Amino acid sequence: MSSVQTPPILSIQGVSKTYEGGFQALHTVDLDIKKGEIFALLGPNGAGKTTLISLICGLARLSEGTITVDGHDVVKDYRAARAKIGLVPQELTTDAFETVHNTVSFSRGLFGKPKDPAVVERVLKSLTLWEKRDSQLRQLSGGMKRRVLIAKALAHEPDILFLDEPTAGVDVSLRREMWAVVGDLRKTGVTVILTTHYIEEAEMMADRIGVIAGGKLILVEDKAELMQKLGHKELTLVLQEPLTTIPPALSEFDLALSEDGQSLTYSYDTRAERTGIGSLMRLLAENGVRFKDIATKQSTLEEIFVGLVEETR
Amino acid sequence: MNIHAVAAIYKFEMARAWRTVMQSVISPVISTSLYFIVFGAAIGSRIQEVDGIAYGAFIVPGLIMLQLLTQSISNAAFGIYFPRFAGTIYEVLSAPVSAFEVVLGYVGAAATKSIILGLIILGTAMAFIDLPIAHPILMLVFLVLTAVTFALFGFIIGIWADGFEKLQLVPLLVVTPLAFLGGSFYSIDMLPPFWRDVSLANPVVYLISGFRWAFFESSDVSIVVSLTMTLVFMGLALAFISWIFKTGWRMKP
Repeated sequence: MSSVQTPPILSIQGVSKTYEGGFQALHTVDLDIKKGEIFALLGPNGAGKTTLISLICGLARLSEGTITVDGHDVVKDYRAARAKIGLVPQELTTDAFETVHNTVSFSRGLFGKPKDPAVVERVLKSLTLWEKRDSQLRQLSGGMKRRVLIAKALAHEPDILFLDEPTAGVDVSLRREMWAVVGDLRKTGVTVILTTHYIEEAEMMADRIGVIAGGKLILVEDKAELMQKLGHKELTLVLQEPLTTIPPALSEFDLALSEDGQSLTYSYDTRAERTGIGSLMRLLAENGVRFKDIATKQSTLEEIFVGLVEETR
Repeated sequence: MNIHAVAAIYKFEMARAWRTVMQSVISPVISTSLYFIVFGAAIGSRIQEVDGIAYGAFIVPGLIMLQLLTQSISNAAFGIYFPRFAGTIYEVLSAPVSAFEVVLGYVGAAATKSIILGLIILGTAMAFIDLPIAHPILMLVFLVLTAVTFALFGFIIGIWADGFEKLQLVPLLVVTPLAFLGGSFYSIDMLPPFWRDVSLANPVVYLISGFRWAFFESSDVSIVVSLTMTLVFMGLALAFISWIFKTGWRMKP
């Protein structure tokens, strides 16, 4: 990989943000983003994800530190810096009465590019919006609106695209659709920075993941490594007859019996060579433990954060 | 200069006016026509001339100013307030545009709309009455200066307002009374000396007076004073707006 040599497309150095009223949303964040990568900023609500994006894009004022986009300072040289950025906000904010084509052309002009119907057409087609180009935005579904916001952000052909919670509040099929859109963006060479609070989503899309909590960037790691850390899962068995104790034959498993004895919970690592589920099932049958229902649960991000924050202390 | 951005904002705002043509053009024209019918034709014929000018003609500059002020303010205020309310302002804030370019786009469009409106009202008035214009160029200069100044003022209100009520409040509670009491329908020389002096604190007096001078070469205050005052208001509005963008007031936390 030659990425070590190439300067970062986005460099965040010692960035802090304290809002009026004293709330400190970010504590000295340092982060470099490589050109062409897809970076996921993973964190619970209120972690500072949107604040960080707002500082980079000029929606909020820096309290401390510097941010450069392809070498251009976002404050001193904001024109050059912002021209390279496209932002897709979290909220579906659109001008209800504008048409798809007009609103995308507007964005291109706003970012200082001359009219170019060919670019607008290409962007709209790539997001399967071409058929809807003359529709008013209020007539579109939520998923379509999200695509329009992406088209607006891409209209001036930026080098970096920010997607703030691209799948917040969308249903499963739309979420998959968004993942596909990001996958296509990767092919165009655009650097994508997205925020999410779904691990699954970061896993599906990103090359690298940064975990942010309480305004601090706790860790930044390649996806593969992080996923291993986050692979904890629980299997819950609802028993037909309550147990008072866990049978000794099952002692080698990480099992917990609920207080009422009605269910058994098994904790395991999905990334492990062997999850042990097969042998657990066999042993349960051999020991006459019968169950009527079964459920698995991925550790929630909240739990993982608690774990990560504890670790860093 | 990001000229494409200015053009984009300007075009967007003009398109919005076109979509709401009933509200932005037809309704002010109708209300002005009603003023003409009531004050010009019906009552006007029984009112004696003011400074040698028929009353019906005398009120025209004031009526145009009345609409110009309120429309410039509400156009510009709504133009910037609505994106803030709807959230679409994020795009303008994240764009490579300077404060000056943003203002040029929004205020330029708002001023354009009210200038067009002012000319339509003038045309309407000419259909009703015989109206001489002594200094057409100066009349246009006043029209433009006033439209721009009050569009700037409206822009400030649109940034200050945190609800639709406040957006209506200033035009309703401040501007309309100032315009009515600023000599739209009378010459402030007709007032008792004390109230005449009080009226001189009303900025709208200078606008209406200067504008009227361009029509009839007669006015309450000297044309130079009128022009100077108009430019002073414009300077104040510009200074305040540049402060807004410098500090991010109500726009950038």
